[in-house]
Amino acid sequence: MTTRRTLADREEVLAGVMLAPALAYVILLVGVPFVMAIVLSFSDATAGSLSFGWAGFRNYAAILADPIFLRALRNTGVVTVGSQVLVVILATAAAQVLRATFRGKRFARFVLLLPWAVPVSLAAIAWTWIFDSTFSVITWTLKAAGLLHGWLYWLGEPGLALTAIIIVQAWRIFPFATVIVLAGLSSIPQEIVEAAIVDGAGFWRRLFRVELPLLLPVVTVAVLFGVVYTATDLGVVYILTGGGPANTTHVLPTLAFQRGILGADLGQGAAIAVFLLPFLIVVAVAMLRLARRAEVGGGAQ
Amino acid sequence: MKRVALYGAALGFVLFAGFPFYWMLITAFKQNRDLYVGASDLRHVPWIFNDPPTLEHVRLLFGQTEFPRWVLNTLVVVAVVVIITVAVAVPAGYSLARLAGRWGERMGMGIFFTYLIPPTLLFVPFSRLVSLLGLQNSLGALILIYPTMTIPFCTWLVMGFLRSVPWEIEEQAMIDGYSRLAVILKVAPRLIVPGILTVVVFTFTLVMQEFVYALTFISSVERMTVSLGVPIALVRGDVYHWGALMAAALFTSIPLAIVYNLFIDRFIQGFTMGAVKG
Repeated sequence: MTTRRTLADREEVLAGVMLAPALAYVILLVGVPFVMAIVLSFSDATAGSLSFGWAGFRNYAAILADPIFLRALRNTGVVTVGSQVLVVILATAAAQVLRATFRGKRFARFVLLLPWAVPVSLAAIAWTWIFDSTFSVITWTLKAAGLLHGWLYWLGEPGLALTAIIIVQAWRIFPFATVIVLAGLSSIPQEIVEAAIVDGAGFWRRLFRVELPLLLPVVTVAVLFGVVYTATDLGVVYILTGGGPANTTHVLPTLAFQRGILGADLGQGAAIAVFLLPFLIVVAVAMLRLARRAEVGGGAQ
Repeated sequence: MKRVALYGAALGFVLFAGFPFYWMLITAFKQNRDLYVGASDLRHVPWIFNDPPTLEHVRLLFGQTEFPRWVLNTLVVVAVVVIITVAVAVPAGYSLARLAGRWGERMGMGIFFTYLIPPTLLFVPFSRLVSLLGLQNSLGALILIYPTMTIPFCTWLVMGFLRSVPWEIEEQAMIDGYSRLAVILKVAPRLIVPGILTVVVFTFTLVMQEFVYALTFISSVERMTVSLGVPIALVRGDVYHWGALMAAALFTSIPLAIVYNLFIDRFIQGFTMGAVKG
Protein backbone atom coordinates (compact mmCIF):
# COMPACT_ATOMS: atom_id res chain seq x y z
CA MET A 1 0.00 0.00 0.00
CA THR A 2 1.36 3.39 -0.93
CA THR A 3 1.35 5.85 1.89
CA ARG A 4 -0.12 9.21 1.13
CA ARG A 5 0.91 11.49 3.91
CA THR A 6 -1.23 14.57 3.70
CA LEU A 7 -1.93 16.78 6.69
CA ALA A 8 -5.09 14.75 7.31
CA ASP A 9 -2.95 11.68 7.92
CA ARG A 10 -0.30 13.09 10.20
CA GLU A 11 -1.16 11.61 13.56
CA GLU A 12 1.12 13.79 15.63
CA VAL A 13 -0.45 16.94 14.20
CA LEU A 14 -3.98 15.65 14.75
CA ALA A 15 -3.03 14.50 18.25
CA GLY A 16 -1.74 17.95 19.12
CA VAL A 17 -4.73 19.79 17.68
CA MET A 18 -7.26 17.60 19.47
CA LEU A 19 -5.43 17.72 22.76
CA ALA A 20 -4.65 21.45 22.73
CA PRO A 21 -7.96 22.81 24.13
CA ALA A 22 -7.94 20.40 27.06
CA LEU A 23 -4.30 21.13 27.81
CA ALA A 24 -4.90 24.87 27.56
CA TYR A 25 -7.85 24.65 29.95
CA VAL A 26 -5.95 22.57 32.45
CA ILE A 27 -2.80 24.70 32.31
CA LEU A 28 -4.53 28.10 32.36
CA LEU A 29 -7.32 27.32 34.81
CA VAL A 30 -5.79 24.68 37.06
CA GLY A 31 -2.01 24.96 36.71
CA VAL A 32 -1.75 28.74 36.85
CA PRO A 33 -4.26 29.14 39.72
CA PHE A 34 -2.42 26.38 41.58
CA VAL A 35 0.84 28.35 41.34
CA MET A 36 -1.09 31.52 42.17
CA ALA A 37 -2.45 29.88 45.32
CA ILE A 38 1.08 29.37 46.54
CA VAL A 39 2.26 32.83 45.40
CA LEU A 40 -0.72 34.52 47.07
CA SER A 41 0.12 32.82 50.35
CA PHE A 42 3.32 34.92 50.40
CA SER A 43 1.49 38.16 49.62
CA ASP A 44 -0.62 40.74 51.39
CA ALA A 45 -3.32 40.63 48.69
CA THR A 46 -6.87 41.47 49.74
CA ALA A 47 -10.14 40.91 47.94
CA GLY A 48 -10.99 44.61 47.90
CA SER A 49 -8.18 45.80 45.64
CA LEU A 50 -6.01 44.21 43.01
CA SER A 51 -2.81 45.44 44.64
CA PHE A 52 -0.19 42.89 45.42
CA GLY A 53 2.80 43.10 47.73
CA TRP A 54 5.22 40.56 49.09
CA ALA A 55 4.66 39.60 52.65
CA GLY A 56 7.33 36.94 52.89
CA PHE A 57 6.46 34.40 55.56
CA ARG A 58 4.25 36.83 57.49
CA ASN A 59 1.02 34.98 56.68
CA TYR A 60 2.55 31.68 57.74
CA ALA A 61 3.94 33.19 60.93
CA ALA A 62 0.50 34.63 61.69
CA ILE A 63 -1.44 31.41 61.21
CA LEU A 64 1.13 29.21 62.96
CA ALA A 65 0.78 31.42 66.03
CA ASP A 66 -3.00 31.24 65.81
CA PRO A 67 -4.66 28.61 68.05
CA ILE A 68 -7.74 28.57 65.80
CA PHE A 69 -5.59 27.53 62.84
CA LEU A 70 -3.73 24.87 64.82
CA ARG A 71 -7.06 23.52 65.98
CA ALA A 72 -8.34 23.47 62.38
CA LEU A 73 -5.23 21.62 61.25
CA ARG A 74 -5.71 19.04 63.97
CA ASN A 75 -9.43 18.74 63.23
CA THR A 76 -8.70 18.13 59.55
CA GLY A 77 -6.38 15.26 60.51
CA VAL A 78 -8.79 13.82 63.08
CA VAL A 79 -11.81 14.00 60.78
CA THR A 80 -9.92 12.56 57.81
CA VAL A 81 -8.37 9.64 59.69
CA GLY A 82 -11.49 8.97 61.77
CA SER A 83 -13.86 8.93 58.85
CA GLN A 84 -11.57 6.85 56.62
CA VAL A 85 -11.12 4.17 59.28
CA LEU A 86 -14.91 3.93 59.45
CA VAL A 87 -15.12 3.94 55.65
CA VAL A 88 -12.72 1.01 55.26
CA ILE A 89 -14.58 -1.09 57.82
CA LEU A 90 -18.03 -0.24 56.46
CA ALA A 91 -17.03 -0.62 52.82
CA THR A 92 -15.35 -4.03 53.14
CA ALA A 93 -18.33 -5.30 55.10
CA ALA A 94 -20.90 -3.79 52.74
CA ALA A 95 -19.05 -5.21 49.73
CA GLN A 96 -19.22 -8.70 51.26
CA VAL A 97 -22.97 -8.25 51.69
CA LEU A 98 -23.57 -6.92 48.19
CA ARG A 99 -21.51 -9.72 46.66
CA ALA A 100 -23.90 -12.32 47.99
CA THR A 101 -27.20 -12.93 46.25
CA PHE A 102 -30.35 -12.28 48.24
CA ARG A 103 -33.89 -11.02 47.78
CA GLY A 104 -34.07 -7.24 47.54
CA LYS A 105 -30.42 -6.87 46.58
CA ARG A 106 -31.15 -4.32 43.87
CA PHE A 107 -33.06 -2.20 46.34
CA ALA A 108 -30.28 -2.51 48.91
CA ARG A 109 -27.72 -1.43 46.33
CA PHE A 110 -29.87 1.53 45.29
CA VAL A 111 -30.24 2.76 48.88
CA LEU A 112 -26.56 2.17 49.62
CA LEU A 113 -25.57 4.43 46.75
CA LEU A 114 -27.87 7.27 47.80
CA PRO A 115 -25.43 9.05 50.13
CA TRP A 116 -22.87 9.28 47.34
CA ALA A 117 -25.36 10.60 44.78
CA VAL A 118 -26.91 13.35 46.87
CA PRO A 119 -25.15 16.74 46.74
CA VAL A 120 -22.90 17.24 49.77
CA SER A 121 -24.60 20.46 50.76
CA LEU A 122 -28.08 18.91 50.74
CA ALA A 123 -26.93 15.88 52.70
CA ALA A 124 -25.27 18.22 55.19
CA ILE A 125 -28.45 20.25 55.67
CA ALA A 126 -30.45 17.04 56.23
CA TRP A 127 -27.96 15.97 58.89
CA THR A 128 -28.13 19.44 60.45
CA TRP A 129 -31.82 18.79 60.96
CA ILE A 130 -31.17 15.28 62.26
CA PHE A 131 -28.70 16.69 64.79
CA ASP A 132 -30.95 19.64 65.73
CA SER A 133 -30.50 20.67 69.35
CA THR A 134 -34.23 20.55 70.17
CA PHE A 135 -35.78 18.17 67.64
CA SER A 136 -33.01 15.61 67.04
CA VAL A 137 -34.55 12.26 66.21
CA ILE A 138 -31.36 10.55 67.40
CA THR A 139 -31.69 12.13 70.83
CA TRP A 140 -35.35 11.11 70.95
CA THR A 141 -34.57 7.54 69.97
CA LEU A 142 -31.76 7.21 72.50
CA LYS A 143 -33.99 8.61 75.24
CA ALA A 144 -36.94 6.43 74.23
CA ALA A 145 -34.67 3.37 74.32
CA GLY A 146 -33.56 4.38 77.80
CA LEU A 147 -29.93 4.76 76.72
CA LEU A 148 -29.75 8.48 77.41
CA HIS A 149 -30.90 10.36 80.44
CA GLY A 150 -29.39 13.80 79.93
CA TRP A 151 -29.39 15.73 76.68
CA LEU A 152 -27.10 15.79 73.65
CA TYR A 153 -26.29 19.17 72.10
CA TRP A 154 -24.93 17.51 68.98
CA LEU A 155 -23.57 20.52 67.16
CA GLY A 156 -23.14 22.68 70.24
CA GLU A 157 -20.28 20.83 71.94
CA PRO A 158 -16.88 20.54 70.22
CA GLY A 159 -16.42 16.82 70.91
CA LEU A 160 -19.92 15.83 69.83
CA ALA A 161 -19.80 18.16 66.85
CA LEU A 162 -16.56 16.58 65.59
CA THR A 163 -18.11 13.14 66.08
CA ALA A 164 -21.11 14.26 64.05
CA ILE A 165 -18.81 15.55 61.29
CA ILE A 166 -16.90 12.25 61.19
CA ILE A 167 -20.17 10.29 60.99
CA VAL A 168 -21.45 12.41 58.12
CA GLN A 169 -18.17 12.18 56.18
CA ALA A 170 -18.03 8.41 56.63
CA TRP A 171 -21.70 8.13 55.65
CA ARG A 172 -21.27 10.03 52.41
CA ILE A 173 -18.00 8.35 51.31
CA PHE A 174 -18.47 4.69 52.24
CA PRO A 175 -20.87 3.95 49.34
CA PHE A 176 -18.20 5.06 46.89
CA ALA A 177 -15.59 2.90 48.63
CA THR A 178 -18.01 -0.03 48.67
CA VAL A 179 -18.45 0.07 44.92
CA ILE A 180 -14.70 0.24 44.40
CA VAL A 181 -14.10 -2.71 46.72
CA LEU A 182 -16.87 -4.64 44.93
CA ALA A 183 -15.12 -4.02 41.62
CA GLY A 184 -11.93 -5.33 43.23
CA LEU A 185 -13.67 -8.43 44.60
CA SER A 186 -15.04 -9.32 41.20
CA SER A 187 -11.55 -9.17 39.71
CA ILE A 188 -10.06 -11.71 42.15
CA PRO A 189 -9.49 -14.87 40.13
CA GLN A 190 -12.08 -17.44 41.14
CA GLU A 191 -9.45 -20.23 41.21
CA ILE A 192 -7.66 -18.60 44.13
CA VAL A 193 -10.83 -18.43 46.22
CA GLU A 194 -11.76 -21.99 45.29
CA ALA A 195 -8.28 -23.21 46.16
CA ALA A 196 -8.65 -21.62 49.57
CA ILE A 197 -12.00 -23.38 50.06
CA VAL A 198 -10.52 -26.71 49.00
CA ASP A 199 -7.73 -26.15 51.50
CA GLY A 200 -10.40 -25.84 54.16
CA ALA A 201 -10.29 -22.09 54.81
CA GLY A 202 -13.47 -20.77 56.41
CA PHE A 203 -15.14 -17.42 55.69
CA TRP A 204 -13.02 -15.32 58.07
CA ARG A 205 -9.75 -17.01 57.17
CA ARG A 206 -10.56 -16.56 53.49
CA LEU A 207 -11.44 -12.92 54.08
CA PHE A 208 -8.34 -11.97 56.06
CA ARG A 209 -5.72 -14.25 54.52
CA VAL A 210 -6.75 -14.45 50.88
CA GLU A 211 -9.14 -11.71 49.85
CA LEU A 212 -8.05 -8.68 51.86
CA PRO A 213 -4.38 -8.92 50.79
CA LEU A 214 -5.49 -9.18 47.17
CA LEU A 215 -7.89 -6.29 47.70
CA LEU A 216 -5.25 -4.06 49.20
CA PRO A 217 -4.54 -2.01 46.06
CA VAL A 218 -8.22 -1.39 45.46
CA VAL A 219 -8.94 -0.50 49.09
CA THR A 220 -5.99 1.87 48.91
CA VAL A 221 -7.51 3.62 45.89
CA ALA A 222 -10.78 4.00 47.77
CA VAL A 223 -9.02 5.41 50.83
CA LEU A 224 -6.91 7.80 48.75
CA PHE A 225 -9.95 9.33 47.10
CA GLY A 226 -11.66 9.32 50.49
CA VAL A 227 -8.78 11.29 51.98
CA VAL A 228 -8.95 13.87 49.21
CA TYR A 229 -12.73 14.17 49.48
CA THR A 230 -12.70 14.51 53.27
CA ALA A 231 -9.63 16.64 53.90
CA THR A 232 -10.55 19.16 51.23
CA ASP A 233 -14.30 19.23 51.86
CA LEU A 234 -15.85 22.52 52.85
CA GLY A 235 -19.58 21.79 52.66
CA VAL A 236 -20.13 19.41 55.56
CA VAL A 237 -18.44 21.51 58.24
CA TYR A 238 -19.61 24.82 56.78
CA ILE A 239 -23.25 23.78 56.89
CA LEU A 240 -23.23 21.54 59.95
CA THR A 241 -21.39 23.82 62.39
CA GLY A 242 -19.98 26.76 60.44
CA GLY A 243 -16.76 26.08 62.37
CA GLY A 244 -18.46 26.69 65.69
CA PRO A 245 -19.03 26.58 68.58
CA ALA A 246 -16.41 29.30 69.12
CA ASN A 247 -14.23 28.23 66.16
CA THR A 248 -13.55 24.81 67.66
CA THR A 249 -14.66 22.67 64.71
CA HIS A 250 -13.05 24.48 61.81
CA VAL A 251 -11.16 22.43 59.26
CA LEU A 252 -8.62 23.92 56.86
CA PRO A 253 -11.11 24.58 54.02
CA THR A 254 -13.68 26.34 56.21
CA LEU A 255 -11.02 28.46 57.90
CA ALA A 256 -9.44 29.35 54.55
CA PHE A 257 -12.89 30.36 53.33
CA GLN A 258 -13.62 32.42 56.42
CA ARG A 259 -10.32 34.29 56.33
CA GLY A 260 -9.70 34.44 52.60
CA ILE A 261 -13.16 35.02 51.13
CA LEU A 262 -15.41 36.31 53.92
CA GLY A 263 -12.56 38.16 55.66
CA ALA A 264 -11.11 39.27 52.30
CA ASP A 265 -7.56 38.42 53.45
CA LEU A 266 -6.55 36.46 50.35
CA GLY A 267 -2.96 36.05 51.52
CA GLN A 268 -3.87 34.36 54.77
CA GLY A 269 -6.66 32.34 53.17
CA ALA A 270 -4.19 31.01 50.60
CA ALA A 271 -1.62 30.20 53.30
CA ILE A 272 -4.21 28.16 55.21
CA ALA A 273 -5.27 26.29 52.07
CA VAL A 274 -1.63 25.51 51.26
CA PHE A 275 -1.61 23.23 54.31
CA LEU A 276 -3.88 20.92 52.32
CA LEU A 277 -0.94 20.19 50.03
CA PRO A 278 0.74 17.57 52.25
CA PHE A 279 -2.48 15.54 52.18
CA LEU A 280 -2.63 15.80 48.40
CA ILE A 281 1.04 15.02 47.82
CA VAL A 282 0.85 11.86 49.90
CA VAL A 283 -2.21 10.80 47.92
CA ALA A 284 -0.66 11.62 44.53
CA VAL A 285 2.56 9.74 45.28
CA ALA A 286 0.68 6.71 46.54
CA MET A 287 -1.54 6.69 43.45
CA LEU A 288 1.44 6.91 41.13
CA ARG A 289 3.10 3.97 42.85
CA LEU A 290 -0.11 1.96 42.62
CA ALA A 291 -0.51 2.80 38.96
CA ARG A 292 3.05 1.70 38.26
CA ARG A 293 2.50 -1.55 40.12
CA ALA A 294 -0.69 -2.11 38.12
CA GLU A 295 1.32 -1.61 34.91
CA VAL A 296 3.97 -4.10 35.98
CA GLY A 297 1.43 -6.54 37.42
CA GLY A 298 -0.76 -6.25 34.34
CA GLY A 299 2.19 -7.18 32.15
CA ALA A 300 2.95 -10.25 34.24
CA GLN A 301 -0.56 -11.65 33.99
CA MET B 1 -28.01 -18.87 60.30
CA LYS B 2 -25.75 -17.51 57.60
CA ARG B 3 -28.78 -16.13 55.76
CA VAL B 4 -29.97 -14.39 58.90
CA ALA B 5 -26.58 -12.70 59.34
CA LEU B 6 -26.60 -11.66 55.69
CA TYR B 7 -30.08 -10.14 55.83
CA GLY B 8 -29.26 -8.53 59.14
CA ALA B 9 -26.15 -6.90 57.73
CA ALA B 10 -27.96 -5.80 54.56
CA LEU B 11 -30.74 -4.28 56.65
CA GLY B 12 -28.20 -2.49 58.83
CA PHE B 13 -26.50 -0.91 55.84
CA VAL B 14 -29.79 0.07 54.23
CA LEU B 15 -30.92 1.73 57.47
CA PHE B 16 -27.63 3.61 57.92
CA ALA B 17 -27.40 4.77 54.31
CA GLY B 18 -31.11 5.44 53.83
CA PHE B 19 -32.10 6.92 57.17
CA PRO B 20 -31.42 10.60 56.25
CA PHE B 21 -33.51 10.13 53.11
CA TYR B 22 -36.37 8.65 55.09
CA TRP B 23 -36.03 11.63 57.37
CA MET B 24 -36.16 14.03 54.41
CA LEU B 25 -39.30 12.28 53.16
CA ILE B 26 -41.16 12.30 56.43
CA THR B 27 -40.15 15.88 57.23
CA ALA B 28 -41.19 17.15 53.82
CA PHE B 29 -44.77 15.95 54.25
CA LYS B 30 -45.39 16.41 57.96
CA GLN B 31 -47.63 19.12 59.35
CA ASN B 32 -45.76 21.69 61.42
CA ARG B 33 -47.45 20.75 64.68
CA ASP B 34 -46.35 17.14 64.07
CA LEU B 35 -42.86 18.28 63.05
CA TYR B 36 -41.90 20.67 65.79
CA VAL B 37 -42.35 18.57 68.89
CA GLY B 38 -39.24 18.56 71.06
CA ALA B 39 -37.27 15.34 71.43
CA SER B 40 -37.95 15.46 75.17
CA ASP B 41 -41.60 14.49 74.59
CA LEU B 42 -41.24 10.72 74.63
CA ARG B 43 -44.94 10.07 73.93
CA HIS B 44 -44.72 11.71 70.51
CA VAL B 45 -43.00 9.28 68.12
CA PRO B 46 -41.12 11.34 65.49
CA TRP B 47 -40.53 8.40 63.13
CA ILE B 48 -44.12 8.26 61.88
CA PHE B 49 -46.90 10.57 60.72
CA ASN B 50 -48.89 11.38 63.85
CA ASP B 51 -51.08 13.77 61.85
CA PRO B 52 -52.12 13.28 58.21
CA PRO B 53 -49.39 14.20 55.67
CA THR B 54 -49.56 17.61 54.04
CA LEU B 55 -48.36 19.28 50.85
CA GLU B 56 -47.97 22.71 52.45
CA HIS B 57 -44.15 22.56 52.46
CA VAL B 58 -44.01 21.50 48.83
CA ARG B 59 -46.36 24.33 47.92
CA LEU B 60 -44.22 26.78 49.88
CA LEU B 61 -41.09 25.51 48.13
CA PHE B 62 -42.45 25.86 44.61
CA GLY B 63 -44.71 28.86 45.15
CA GLN B 64 -42.97 31.18 47.57
CA THR B 65 -39.27 30.48 47.31
CA GLU B 66 -36.68 30.90 44.59
CA PHE B 67 -36.35 27.13 44.25
CA PRO B 68 -37.77 26.94 40.68
CA ARG B 69 -35.35 29.70 39.73
CA TRP B 70 -32.41 27.76 41.19
CA VAL B 71 -33.42 24.67 39.25
CA LEU B 72 -33.44 26.76 36.08
CA ASN B 73 -30.03 28.30 36.87
CA THR B 74 -28.60 24.86 37.55
CA LEU B 75 -29.92 23.52 34.25
CA VAL B 76 -28.41 26.46 32.35
CA VAL B 77 -25.01 25.86 33.93
CA VAL B 78 -25.31 22.11 33.32
CA ALA B 79 -26.12 22.65 29.64
CA VAL B 80 -23.23 25.00 28.93
CA VAL B 81 -20.70 23.05 30.97
CA VAL B 82 -21.75 19.82 29.25
CA ILE B 83 -21.18 21.42 25.84
CA ILE B 84 -17.75 22.74 26.83
CA THR B 85 -16.74 19.47 28.43
CA VAL B 86 -17.80 17.29 25.52
CA ALA B 87 -16.18 19.64 23.01
CA VAL B 88 -12.88 19.68 24.89
CA ALA B 89 -12.58 16.34 26.68
CA VAL B 90 -13.80 13.95 23.99
CA PRO B 91 -11.24 14.97 21.32
CA ALA B 92 -8.55 15.03 24.00
CA GLY B 93 -9.45 11.54 25.19
CA TYR B 94 -9.44 10.26 21.61
CA SER B 95 -6.11 11.90 20.95
CA LEU B 96 -4.54 10.29 24.02
CA ALA B 97 -5.98 6.85 23.33
CA ARG B 98 -5.51 6.60 19.59
CA LEU B 99 -3.05 9.17 18.30
CA ALA B 100 -0.55 10.10 20.96
CA GLY B 101 1.10 6.70 21.10
CA ARG B 102 3.45 5.90 23.94
CA TRP B 103 3.21 9.15 25.87
CA GLY B 104 -0.61 9.22 25.68
CA GLU B 105 -1.03 7.16 28.83
CA ARG B 106 1.43 9.28 30.82
CA MET B 107 -0.13 12.50 29.63
CA GLY B 108 -3.61 11.19 30.40
CA MET B 109 -2.54 10.39 33.93
CA GLY B 110 -1.02 13.86 34.27
CA ILE B 111 -4.32 15.45 33.22
CA PHE B 112 -6.24 13.14 35.52
CA PHE B 113 -4.11 14.17 38.49
CA THR B 114 -5.26 17.75 38.17
CA TYR B 115 -8.69 16.41 39.13
CA LEU B 116 -7.21 15.81 42.58
CA ILE B 117 -6.44 19.51 43.09
CA PRO B 118 -9.42 20.55 45.16
CA PRO B 119 -11.65 23.62 44.83
CA THR B 120 -10.75 24.58 48.38
CA LEU B 121 -7.14 25.15 47.31
CA LEU B 122 -8.09 27.06 44.17
CA PHE B 123 -10.95 29.27 45.33
CA VAL B 124 -8.65 31.98 46.62
CA PRO B 125 -6.79 32.55 43.31
CA PHE B 126 -10.03 32.06 41.38
CA SER B 127 -11.72 34.81 43.39
CA ARG B 128 -9.03 37.16 42.08
CA LEU B 129 -9.42 35.89 38.50
CA VAL B 130 -13.20 36.18 38.67
CA SER B 131 -13.05 39.79 39.84
CA LEU B 132 -10.47 40.59 37.13
CA LEU B 133 -12.89 39.26 34.52
CA GLY B 134 -15.83 41.05 36.14
CA LEU B 135 -17.70 37.78 36.64
CA GLN B 136 -18.51 38.23 40.33
CA ASN B 137 -21.97 37.06 41.24
CA SER B 138 -22.58 35.68 37.76
CA LEU B 139 -23.33 32.19 36.47
CA GLY B 140 -20.53 32.94 34.00
CA ALA B 141 -18.01 32.38 36.78
CA LEU B 142 -19.36 28.88 37.36
CA ILE B 143 -19.48 28.14 33.64
CA LEU B 144 -15.84 29.18 33.32
CA ILE B 145 -14.62 27.23 36.33
CA TYR B 146 -16.66 24.00 36.44
CA PRO B 147 -14.91 22.58 33.36
CA THR B 148 -11.67 22.63 35.36
CA MET B 149 -13.22 19.75 37.30
CA THR B 150 -15.04 17.97 34.49
CA ILE B 151 -12.40 18.11 31.74
CA PRO B 152 -9.62 16.20 33.56
CA PHE B 153 -11.89 13.41 34.72
CA CYS B 154 -13.80 13.15 31.45
CA THR B 155 -10.66 13.11 29.30
CA TRP B 156 -9.51 10.20 31.40
CA LEU B 157 -12.92 8.48 31.13
CA VAL B 158 -13.01 8.79 27.33
CA MET B 159 -9.43 7.56 27.04
CA GLY B 160 -10.22 4.52 29.19
CA PHE B 161 -13.44 3.92 27.30
CA LEU B 162 -11.70 3.93 23.93
CA ARG B 163 -9.19 1.35 25.11
CA SER B 164 -12.09 -1.07 25.39
CA VAL B 165 -13.29 -0.28 21.84
CA PRO B 166 -11.54 -2.45 19.25
CA TRP B 167 -9.27 -0.57 16.92
CA GLU B 168 -10.20 -2.79 13.94
CA ILE B 169 -13.21 -0.76 12.80
CA GLU B 170 -11.18 2.40 12.44
CA GLU B 171 -8.29 0.45 10.92
CA GLN B 172 -10.60 -1.10 8.35
CA ALA B 173 -11.92 2.35 7.42
CA MET B 174 -8.36 3.50 6.78
CA ILE B 175 -7.64 0.46 4.66
CA ASP B 176 -10.80 1.37 2.75
CA GLY B 177 -9.18 4.67 1.88
CA TYR B 178 -10.37 7.04 4.59
CA SER B 179 -7.77 9.53 5.75
CA ARG B 180 -6.94 9.58 9.44
CA LEU B 181 -8.94 12.81 9.79
CA ALA B 182 -11.92 11.33 7.96
CA VAL B 183 -11.88 8.37 10.36
CA ILE B 184 -11.98 10.78 13.28
CA LEU B 185 -14.82 12.83 11.79
CA LYS B 186 -16.95 10.07 10.29
CA VAL B 187 -16.20 6.74 11.95
CA ALA B 188 -15.05 7.51 15.48
CA PRO B 189 -18.09 9.54 16.67
CA ARG B 190 -20.36 6.52 16.29
CA LEU B 191 -18.01 4.35 18.30
CA ILE B 192 -17.65 6.92 21.03
CA VAL B 193 -21.34 7.63 21.74
CA PRO B 194 -21.55 5.57 24.97
CA GLY B 195 -18.40 7.32 26.18
CA ILE B 196 -19.94 10.72 25.44
CA LEU B 197 -23.06 9.72 27.35
CA THR B 198 -20.93 8.93 30.39
CA VAL B 199 -19.25 12.31 30.05
CA VAL B 200 -22.64 14.06 29.94
CA VAL B 201 -23.88 12.20 32.99
CA PHE B 202 -20.70 12.79 34.98
CA THR B 203 -20.83 16.50 34.18
CA PHE B 204 -24.49 16.69 35.12
CA THR B 205 -23.92 15.06 38.51
CA LEU B 206 -20.85 17.14 39.24
CA VAL B 207 -22.56 20.45 38.48
CA MET B 208 -25.59 19.41 40.53
CA GLN B 209 -23.35 18.60 43.49
CA GLU B 210 -20.85 21.45 43.41
CA PHE B 211 -21.03 23.76 46.39
CA VAL B 212 -17.66 25.42 47.05
CA TYR B 213 -17.31 27.58 43.94
CA ALA B 214 -21.00 28.48 43.96
CA LEU B 215 -20.68 29.62 47.58
CA THR B 216 -17.57 31.63 46.76
CA PHE B 217 -18.81 33.43 43.66
CA ILE B 218 -22.60 33.73 43.84
CA SER B 219 -24.06 36.09 46.39
CA SER B 220 -27.50 37.10 45.14
CA VAL B 221 -30.29 34.70 45.86
CA GLU B 222 -31.79 34.81 42.36
CA ARG B 223 -28.53 33.65 40.75
CA MET B 224 -27.94 30.64 43.00
CA THR B 225 -27.86 27.03 41.96
CA VAL B 226 -29.86 24.35 43.78
CA SER B 227 -26.99 22.96 45.85
CA LEU B 228 -26.17 26.48 47.07
CA GLY B 229 -29.61 28.03 47.38
CA VAL B 230 -31.27 25.26 49.37
CA PRO B 231 -28.87 25.15 52.33
CA ILE B 232 -27.98 28.86 52.27
CA ALA B 233 -31.03 30.83 51.17
CA LEU B 234 -34.00 28.75 52.32
CA VAL B 235 -32.90 29.66 55.80
CA ARG B 236 -34.54 33.03 56.48
CA GLY B 237 -32.64 34.75 59.23
CA ASP B 238 -32.64 32.19 61.98
CA VAL B 239 -35.84 30.51 60.87
CA TYR B 240 -35.29 27.17 59.16
CA HIS B 241 -38.23 26.02 57.04
CA TRP B 242 -37.33 22.40 57.62
CA GLY B 243 -40.29 21.01 55.69
CA ALA B 244 -39.49 22.96 52.54
CA LEU B 245 -35.76 22.38 53.00
CA MET B 246 -36.15 18.62 53.17
CA ALA B 247 -38.60 18.63 50.26
CA ALA B 248 -35.99 20.44 48.16
CA ALA B 249 -33.24 18.04 49.23
CA LEU B 250 -35.47 15.09 48.41
CA PHE B 251 -36.56 16.31 44.96
CA THR B 252 -32.97 17.06 44.00
CA SER B 253 -31.67 13.73 45.22
CA ILE B 254 -34.12 11.53 43.34
CA PRO B 255 -32.94 12.22 39.74
CA LEU B 256 -29.32 12.06 40.84
CA ALA B 257 -29.85 8.75 42.60
CA ILE B 258 -31.44 7.22 39.51
CA VAL B 259 -28.68 8.45 37.22
CA TYR B 260 -26.01 7.25 39.63
CA ASN B 261 -27.50 3.82 39.84
CA LEU B 262 -27.27 3.48 36.07
CA PHE B 263 -23.78 4.87 35.60
CA ILE B 264 -21.83 4.09 38.74
CA ASP B 265 -19.89 1.21 37.19
CA ARG B 266 -18.58 3.42 34.39
CA PHE B 267 -17.45 6.11 36.84
CA ILE B 268 -15.76 3.51 39.01
CA GLN B 269 -13.71 2.28 36.09
CA GLY B 270 -12.34 5.79 35.88
CA PHE B 271 -11.53 5.98 39.58
CA THR B 272 -9.76 2.65 39.89
CA MET B 273 -7.33 3.59 37.08
CA GLY B 274 -6.32 0.10 36.12
CA ALA B 275 -5.77 -0.97 39.73
CA VAL B 276 -8.64 -3.32 38.96
CA LYS B 277 -8.09 -5.47 35.92
CA GLY B 278 -11.29 -7.18 34.82
